[in-house]
Amino acid sequence: MQSPNQPNTVDSPDYDIEPVLLNLGPQHPSTHGVFRIRTLLDGEEVVDVEPVFGYLHRGSSKLAEERSYTQVITLTDRLDYLSGMTNNLAYVRAVEALAGVEVPERAQYLRVMTAELMRIASHLMAMGFLINDLGAWVTPLMHMFREREKVLDLFEMICGARITFSYMRIGGVSHDLPPGFDAAVNGFLDDFEERVAEYEKLLLENEILVSRMKGIAQLTGERAIECSVTGPNLRASGVNFDLRKQAPYEVYDRMNFDVPVTQNGDNWDRMWVRLQEMKESAKMVRQCMADLPDGITRTEADFFIRPPVGEVYSAIEATKGELGFYLVSDGTIAPYRCGIRAPSFINLTVLRELCIGWKLADLIVNFGTLDINVGEVDR
Amino acid sequence: MALFGTGAIKGLMVTLGYIRRKPFTTQYPEDKLEQSPRFRGNTFVWYEERCTGCATCAKGCPLGIIRIVTHPEPHSQVGSDYHVDVFDIDTGRCMFCALCVEVCPYDALHMGGDFEQASYGREDMVISVEDLKAMPKKPRTQFRPQMEMIGHDGKDELEEHEAGRWSL
Ligand code: SF4
Ligand code: SF4
Repeated sequence: MQSPNQPNTVDSPDYDIEPVLLNLGPQHPSTHGVFRIRTLLDGEEVVDVEPVFGYLHRGSSKLAEERSYTQVITLTDRLDYLSGMTNNLAYVRAVEALAGVEVPERAQYLRVMTAELMRIASHLMAMGFLINDLGAWVTPLMHMFREREKVLDLFEMICGARITFSYMRIGGVSHDLPPGFDAAVNGFLDDFEERVAEYEKLLLENEILVSRMKGIAQLTGERAIECSVTGPNLRASGVNFDLRKQAPYEVYDRMNFDVPVTQNGDNWDRMWVRLQEMKESAKMVRQCMADLPDGITRTEADFFIRPPVGEVYSAIEATKGELGFYLVSDGTIAPYRCGIRAPSFINLTVLRELCIGWKLADLIVNFGTLDINVGEVDR
Repeated sequence: MALFGTGAIKGLMVTLGYIRRKPFTTQYPEDKLEQSPRFRGNTFVWYEERCTGCATCAKGCPLGIIRIVTHPEPHSQVGSDYHVDVFDIDTGRCMFCALCVEVCPYDALHMGGDFEQASYGREDMVISVEDLKAMPKKPRTQFRPQMEMIGHDGKDELEEHEAGRWSL
């Protein structure tokens, strides 16, 4: 503190300011939902950061305990509401492992295809909102929203909903492809490649983006592993870890795709990895449509399925990272326990150290590149 | 890093290219987009003749918002014919997941395609059995692949015998 006989002027070299506590959120446009960050500021500089969450808590794990296994699928739609398909997939895979249900080959291809379409839509949103937070108000966001709308149109064709899909079922998927889907998805993919080239032109050479993001908030690979960071955030830090490659599920072992990895772990790399992943996903969707075998899309599993007593943990590479479900069955129609390993929540671990020492404006960007979905953080 | 300013100019060229493109958006209340045949709207289509009052839909609903009360028809064999007195669906709490449609063993309940169901009170959002009877019978093809096979696209009215399975 300042002693009273020392005038506090800007000119005096050793003037002393108390850090200011600033509440960012819960109702703040950059927090992507209802999320609160308590920041301690020294001028513009961030001294400490404390994420406060729970504003969107719905108790999904508890709600799952009083619903039958099939009915819980509708709850998983609402975890990460930007990528409902991958949430569905992670959950039904856990139940299938628990109950020993086989999935027909065609259904596996459909699952991979919808999951990759979902990855495109989710990464589009991550990038769009990131650029929105950077100050390029809604124009780039609307470019991304436009492509996402087309993906959602495809999903509406398949399963009748645009956000709350509930498409996956225990033992397959709920619907086969509708008539006319081939043409629709190929039309989208042709268009999408053009659009990605356009995004690259718009974003990758933009001086403002480069100077705001390159070299900012670096995360080393070791620290990322220590904090259990997964998904694009981990791969941006130079760790080549992707469950689709390391522990292939469904038909990912038959897909030709690369996993983009960069070395710097800064904000720029985290955005760049997402941009490249969208291209790979588009490739995979094409391959799925080309290789799609004939056959049934769903094995007969009881609506009120009763898996044998036991427990299982099963994880997939969701859009934000490793999404895992831990299920305990006591032999009744409802799970005894349904634990969710939410990647958004665990990726938040590094938020504090990423932000300390940087400016307040960078905090918003760091938060944006981590790609948090509050629905999943609070569950 | 590129020469300062060139990136912004390149970006603006992309923007300029949009002048000759058609707008992607529509002016909603005037122009309406077409929904896909499988679209899950905010209404239900119910065929009274097909429904046996078995209440499987009520058990299949994750939220338990369907309420069914039945009584056996007089002069009929026990268990063969039930009259549905109450069939309330509280659409204020419904999430339109179509699980009730999926489990209906007699193809009596279908999703409808309307989505402009705003009302002034929560009570008005409960669909009663009279509402269900009066609703236009335009079922969506959600969970009803047999309708897709006959080329139904969710816009036309379907008779009770057309809405069922082939074997019926
Ligand atoms: S659509 Fe879903 S929530 Fe609505 S009544 Fe049917 S089962 Fe229940
Ligand atoms: S709508 Fe279907 S499931 Fe519901 S009571 Fe009637 S027949 Fe049974």
